[in-house]
Amino acid sequence: MLKYVAKRLVLAVVTIWAVATLTFFLMNMVPGGPFLSEKAISPQATAALEAKYGLDKPLGQRYLTYMSDAAHGDFGDSLKQRGRTVAGIISSKFPVSARLGGISVLVALCFGIPLGCIAALNRGKFLDSLISVVSTCGIAVPSFVICTLLMYFFGVNLRLLPTMGITTWKHYIMPVAALSFYPMAYIMRLMRSSMLDVLGQDYMRTAKAKGVAGFWILFKHALRNAILPVVTYVGPMLAYTVTGSFVVEKIFVIPGLGGEFIGAISGRDYTLIMGTTIFLATLIIIMNVVVDIVYKLVDPRIKLK
Amino acid sequence: MKKRVITLFLAATMAFGLAACGGGGDNVADNVQSDNGSSADDGDQAAGTPQAAGGKVLSVQVGSDPETIDPALNSAVDGGNMILHAFEGLLTLDEGGNLAEGQAESWETDEEGLTWTFHLRDGLKWSDGTDLTANDFVYSWKRVCDPEVAAPYAETVLGMVEGYADAVEGNLDALKVEAPDDKTFVVKLTSPCPYFGSLAAFATLSPVQQGTIDTNGDAWAIDAGTYICNGPFYISEWRPGAYIMMSKNPNYWNADAIKLDAIKWNLIEDPNASYSAYQTEEIMMIKDVPTEEIPSLSGSDEFYIDPIIGTYYLSLNTQKEPFNDVNVRKALSLAIDRDYVANTLMQGTYTPAYNFIGPGWLDTDGTEFISKANGGQPYISSDHDANIEEAKKLLSDAGYPDGQGLPTITYSTNDASYHKVVAEYLQQAWAEIGVDCQVDIVEWASFTPIRRNGDFDSSRNGWVGDYSDASNMLDLFYSSNGNNDGKFSSPDYDAAMDISRTTLDAAERSEALHKAEDVLLEEMGCIPLAYYNDFWLQRKELKGSWHGTNGYWYFMYADIDDGTGSAEDEAPTEVEPEASSESLEPTTEILEDTTEQQ
Repeated sequence: MLKYVAKRLVLAVVTIWAVATLTFFLMNMVPGGPFLSEKAISPQATAALEAKYGLDKPLGQRYLTYMSDAAHGDFGDSLKQRGRTVAGIISSKFPVSARLGGISVLVALCFGIPLGCIAALNRGKFLDSLISVVSTCGIAVPSFVICTLLMYFFGVNLRLLPTMGITTWKHYIMPVAALSFYPMAYIMRLMRSSMLDVLGQDYMRTAKAKGVAGFWILFKHALRNAILPVVTYVGPMLAYTVTGSFVVEKIFVIPGLGGEFIGAISGRDYTLIMGTTIFLATLIIIMNVVVDIVYKLVDPRIKLK
Repeated sequence: MKKRVITLFLAATMAFGLAACGGGGDNVADNVQSDNGSSADDGDQAAGTPQAAGGKVLSVQVGSDPETIDPALNSAVDGGNMILHAFEGLLTLDEGGNLAEGQAESWETDEEGLTWTFHLRDGLKWSDGTDLTANDFVYSWKRVCDPEVAAPYAETVLGMVEGYADAVEGNLDALKVEAPDDKTFVVKLTSPCPYFGSLAAFATLSPVQQGTIDTNGDAWAIDAGTYICNGPFYISEWRPGAYIMMSKNPNYWNADAIKLDAIKWNLIEDPNASYSAYQTEEIMMIKDVPTEEIPSLSGSDEFYIDPIIGTYYLSLNTQKEPFNDVNVRKALSLAIDRDYVANTLMQGTYTPAYNFIGPGWLDTDGTEFISKANGGQPYISSDHDANIEEAKKLLSDAGYPDGQGLPTITYSTNDASYHKVVAEYLQQAWAEIGVDCQVDIVEWASFTPIRRNGDFDSSRNGWVGDYSDASNMLDLFYSSNGNNDGKFSSPDYDAAMDISRTTLDAAERSEALHKAEDVLLEEMGCIPLAYYNDFWLQRKELKGSWHGTNGYWYFMYADIDDGTGSAEDEAPTEVEPEASSESLEPTTEILEDTTEQQ
């Protein structure tokens, strides 16, 4: 197990290095730059800015400097948000997104898994059809539509919920609903099909024949086996959700990390592009390792090599 | 039967899970509340600031998270608007747009117009209670030139000051700004600058405190605790991406005239989000109104449209065939129905432009520049049918009868606000005179370099003035100007601009500036399309604020009418769209343009 984790960690470092390198050169190939604006700033000011942030150096040298700084944990200053460091931006905005995303994933799991099971157990019946409709909607309807509808009815029309900010528990309801709808629907589908698969297995029949109680069959034998696809899905999904949704955060005016990913790219804020990309890549890799370990815990037959 | 039991059990699990999540949310909210020390109910106007309990808090939206609110570094309208409330320069602007005393109680210039002397008020203080002296201005103005600071507006505001050239190279002490004593500030210019007073009122030249900058570096301007200022408000709380709370600054010299206890600047990017917050009365004034709501809002007494000094225009690549032919440029201009573009396509949020310099720009005697332009007549006729005939004739004179022999031209623009519909309209309008046009939609950050490097045939362009002297707009087409994207080059134009820069005689200067506009439109150095306006929603309860032609809102002397009538007694004039648009008083002020990026 330890050997496995160590091996994965080495691989992770290599992957992050590759992602960083690719991003670094790709973003520099895109036309434009961080110091362009509608109004031309004087050549002296541009030159001074480039000198200040080292952008006047050749690309190769900049790459080496950046990678060496990053390896020492220095992700530099944001080029657009003067006075803020990349690490500062991420550390101040990530907790907001993480809290919102974490709650959303929990909600998605709490609803998705039981509903998927219910659908499988009631296969072909009314309940199953109803759940299928909900899950199809969840997968087909984009989050901005859900956001807008929620906002229109609960925010503007009924005035039940606040439309902006993220201060009280009431502020969480609409963004969480919008963020969790898609993963919940997806989990429902995964759960339903894998549950159906498991329910038809020989060992289920054996267990039933042995007279194991209904609950036990479901939890000890069926759920444990059926949940593996959900675990696979939830790992990377968690990484994406906790780093914030551009759309949902923009609509509900939530000061999370989601907007920084897009803003950094459209503003050509090179250091922030690198910082957010490396951060997301790292999270995804960690989640994948966690998923593998959870596999092992859920299903002891799986060997981690 | 068993299955049903299990189903019920699973449903119960869900309910439990939800309750657990809800509980988590509660704790989170509690934490946030204790951070804020407030009731944290955003529905309540008084939310989010400790000292605001029971006080008057004005909740507004003028933009999203500002990139910076360091006065020297800012180049955006929204940031500038906030700086305006936290800082005060030597001079300021009053409601009519006239220069008024700010930190200086009087000022004078010598006969040649080269030495400007400002006398500071008694007892000026920073928001932290320490004394503010003329030396703070010396430090701040030199800081603007510092290449390490790399202020984008350095040249605009200090380019005419003696020693500027050396100062931007790093020798800051070369800049001729001096403080003979604590209350006197003297600046020497290399050439007369009749509008220097409006530069002294410009946010870039606000005083900043050396102590906090030396201690905190660039980061001084990102934290409420280190953001020391000298204006009517100071930042009491700052949540990046959410809001900036400014509380009344008791150390401001005119604090007695400030009626609000705080201003909450909501940092919202999405117009639909700000509109929802306006509808639910969480915000009293929003700048970003969704364009699709405009038809239903026009006519509402809460919807305002007011001109700002700026023009939406097209750049033609004058160095390239066929745009090097003035007849082609004129034909393309005449083919456009400006009334349709501004009033139909742009829903009346723009005003059709038949000149280049629009309303709000000032002549040297302080009257509207436009009233004397071209003898008081518009340069471009508004008779569209006649224009089309003229355009066809010009195209034929240029050797392209009905557009024959003319290559397909490309129109480049980024995709924001009305840019795309305008592009599609141009395609159609130019087809009417036989010109084939292809539209090239480019992402914003790539669009700017394309335009600046001249990699286009025709392209969208626009400019919003920094200060209302017409030279600010006309400088754009000086042959060596960095913003002259169409590379328009005319000896007559340059000669007229040279006269305007050197003469001390107001009438001569005015004549030169008008001559420049004559040349520009005679040679069609650009194609003016529409004048910019600001449009916004504002509740009736908000009294005493105003909107300037520079695109800024002035909330410092505002009040909220809570129904008790106390606000009304003291409230200065209420902003009415008609009243503001008619104001002809001299205006001077600065802003930078992010209008384009929206």
